[in-house]
Amino acid sequence: MNHGVMNYSDTSIVASTVAPFLSLESVRKTYPGVVALDGFSMEVRPGEVIGLVGENGAGKSTLMKILGGVTRPDTGTITVDGVAHDGLTVEASLSSGIAFVHQELNLFENLDVAANIFFGREPLRAGPLKLVDRAKLRIMVAPLLKRVGANFSADAPVASLSLAQQQMVEIAKALSIKARLVILDEPTSSLPLAETDKLLDVIKALKAEGISVIFISHRLHEVERVADRVVVLRDGMLAGTLPKSAINHDQMVKLMIGRMLKEREKAAESARAPGGVALSAKAVRTSAYPDRPVDLDVRHGEILGLAGLVGSGRTELARVLFGIDERFGGSVKLDGKDLALGSAADAVASGIFLVPEDRKLTGILLDLSIAQNISLPNLPAHARRSLVSASAEVATAEKQKANLGIKAPSVATRTGTLSGGNQQKVVLGKWLAMNPKVMILDEPTRGIDIGAKAEIYGLMRALADAGVAVLMISSDMEEVIGVSDRIAVMHEGQISGILDKDDFSQENVLLLAVGKKPN
Amino acid sequence: MSKKDLGLLILILVVGTVVAIINPRFLLPINLANTSNLIGLFGILSIGQAFVIITGGIELSVGSVVALLGTLFIDFIAVRGMDWPLAFVLIIALGAVIGLVHGWLITRLKLQPFVVTLCGLLIYRGVARFYTADGTAGFGFGQNFPDLEFLTAGRSYGVPNSFIALIVISIVMWVVLHRSVFGRYLYAIGKNEEAAKYSGIRTGRVVMAAYVICGVLTALSAIYFAMYTRSISPASHGQFYELYAIAAAVLGGFSLRGGEGSLIGVILGTVLLQELQNLVNLLGIPSSLNFAVMGGVILIGVLVDQQWGVFRARRLMLDATRKGVAGAPAE
Repeated sequence: MNHGVMNYSDTSIVASTVAPFLSLESVRKTYPGVVALDGFSMEVRPGEVIGLVGENGAGKSTLMKILGGVTRPDTGTITVDGVAHDGLTVEASLSSGIAFVHQELNLFENLDVAANIFFGREPLRAGPLKLVDRAKLRIMVAPLLKRVGANFSADAPVASLSLAQQQMVEIAKALSIKARLVILDEPTSSLPLAETDKLLDVIKALKAEGISVIFISHRLHEVERVADRVVVLRDGMLAGTLPKSAINHDQMVKLMIGRMLKEREKAAESARAPGGVALSAKAVRTSAYPDRPVDLDVRHGEILGLAGLVGSGRTELARVLFGIDERFGGSVKLDGKDLALGSAADAVASGIFLVPEDRKLTGILLDLSIAQNISLPNLPAHARRSLVSASAEVATAEKQKANLGIKAPSVATRTGTLSGGNQQKVVLGKWLAMNPKVMILDEPTRGIDIGAKAEIYGLMRALADAGVAVLMISSDMEEVIGVSDRIAVMHEGQISGILDKDDFSQENVLLLAVGKKPN
Repeated sequence: MSKKDLGLLILILVVGTVVAIINPRFLLPINLANTSNLIGLFGILSIGQAFVIITGGIELSVGSVVALLGTLFIDFIAVRGMDWPLAFVLIIALGAVIGLVHGWLITRLKLQPFVVTLCGLLIYRGVARFYTADGTAGFGFGQNFPDLEFLTAGRSYGVPNSFIALIVISIVMWVVLHRSVFGRYLYAIGKNEEAAKYSGIRTGRVVMAAYVICGVLTALSAIYFAMYTRSISPASHGQFYELYAIAAAVLGGFSLRGGEGSLIGVILGTVLLQELQNLVNLLGIPSSLNFAVMGGVILIGVLVDQQWGVFRARRLMLDATRKGVAGAPAE
């Protein structure tokens, strides 16, 4: 993308003089018993990128529903392109050029890019058979892909694309319906660094074309990079608007939660010097890179951050260390003793626990209660003569619920009904109840709001202080640098370098992640 | 007893009342004893199936196993003169081995349960027919096994011993399924096998154990069926029994996706199926319509259950909206 600083400021000058594309005025939406939005007003000008931030439950979803025409506000006015409405319908929202790119992508993985973009609107050949006119389709798709800066072909099956590329397809789809406002809901939450950059470039490209963007994200440094204005929601109300010059992390956090958080400082201070090596992997090879041996030591009492691009083999390494994946050679030692690690059960028996990347698929059982989830890995200890003791389960769970501050009516609550942060605490709780020696956390704060994030950092630090070896995989640069005692960086299946605290910097991590030497 | 089970029980009682009013012979002791004998035989089989279904698997070879093991049992005691307790133990062990092989193929070699047990269905049927050279296995004239006959086909206080056996097995298996560590593992694996694995459960072993339990219970019912019919033509004996078992489980609230269902449910499912069979006979419905009646009732049952679930989910959502939870999304 070649949209430099000059271009950038030019458009914002133009933008401020032009009538807003969308404006909301005193929008109020109540659900019986709760005010989801209260007297909320905002404006989106053509070519403006709005960062929309707020904690979970702040009203972002309700706002999205109103803009998408899924729900009507009780009072207030929505003006789109100069036309005032009391509320939008789905059709009105679509036809006025509002397009959504959701966190969970709505693509057909088995179809190619072109078919996805024009799904249901394919150009047809003349004749009774209504065959798709592939040639015309390709001509229609080409300019769209160019506009989003796609580096893939229109014939590529969507399944073969990276997540960021899939998001580009979604955005191209939005462009194909002549969108004038693209709303991106947490687009980067599962993207690795390099891919995030690509996506932010696409946003800048949209902006340069005069298309407005609402960018919703928990990743505040990305909001910082791309937004012209930040709108902060708190408890259904506008907590504040930050102009370009005032956008910074601490200000956003302050407005979001109404106070300053010391999460990073808190996580950074380590109470003790790290002890001896707890977990030691020697020449371990994983399914992702069977020809690349990995050596890695995690010490008692430290948080070792494992950074790297998605696909660099971090998750696979974690899975091998936890015994889920087969190990292709090498050895794993815990406190000097060799481990067989034929299954996760072996790892659990030795005190190596994993908080997996995909909470809902592998971290917890959504249909089981909090208590049943927490007791599951250690069920025999909650049983007498092989019969499960419900009271023992409840006792363990109550302890973890209090300890972790899990917000739920009771430990009998189904975990599926909990928020992401609380679900993650249940995953943590089941391992904390068993005295971990090594705790591996794969993207532990993905999709979790900022308050719960700080609590999870605090927990990781408390674990380390108690002598547990903590290995944290994270694609969130702020997190890796803010939380870790040391950072190991992976590149294409190998550890490309280990940084000590003094050498921590985004640049160094990034250089190692792409296989270069740090400064 | 869950609401679902209670609903099924009420259905059984309503159908029973209607049949009894139309044809009072339904309540004759001889009819009730015959029906409860069949409930016993099919119940044992269905409990085994239920253990497999709860893991998200399926066992299609049940009918063929009933034929093969029944044939072997009669052959062992009637032709080879083996002591019946020894033959009994041998048959049960064979059932366990069949279950173990199925479980091994499914968990270790990652074959699909449907495929493995479908092959089993074909293989055991073929072997059984080959073993008797497509003849009939039966007892010779005057051959009697009083103890065995009493235990399998006899009655105590007018109640068929097979039915009593079902009750005993049900109680034991209820404890195993609903109260034991193993039972919890079964449910966890049925709900989400990956997550169970990530919690350190040796899921392969648990699933294998479920197939072994199914094999053992199928073997036991094979002996009961053999002693009930007393002669077996392996080409047709036990045909479709796997479907009776699956139908009983589905009627009893089991999900074929796994992780759902109760032991009481599968027993009640078996009772309802046998009641329907009996109804066809007693109400003079042409017996050729037998399967059609059964299929129709199962379809209606599942439909009502599913629609009820949709209705309840909607009501829950409405309630939640009224309480104002909808303003605060889960994520």
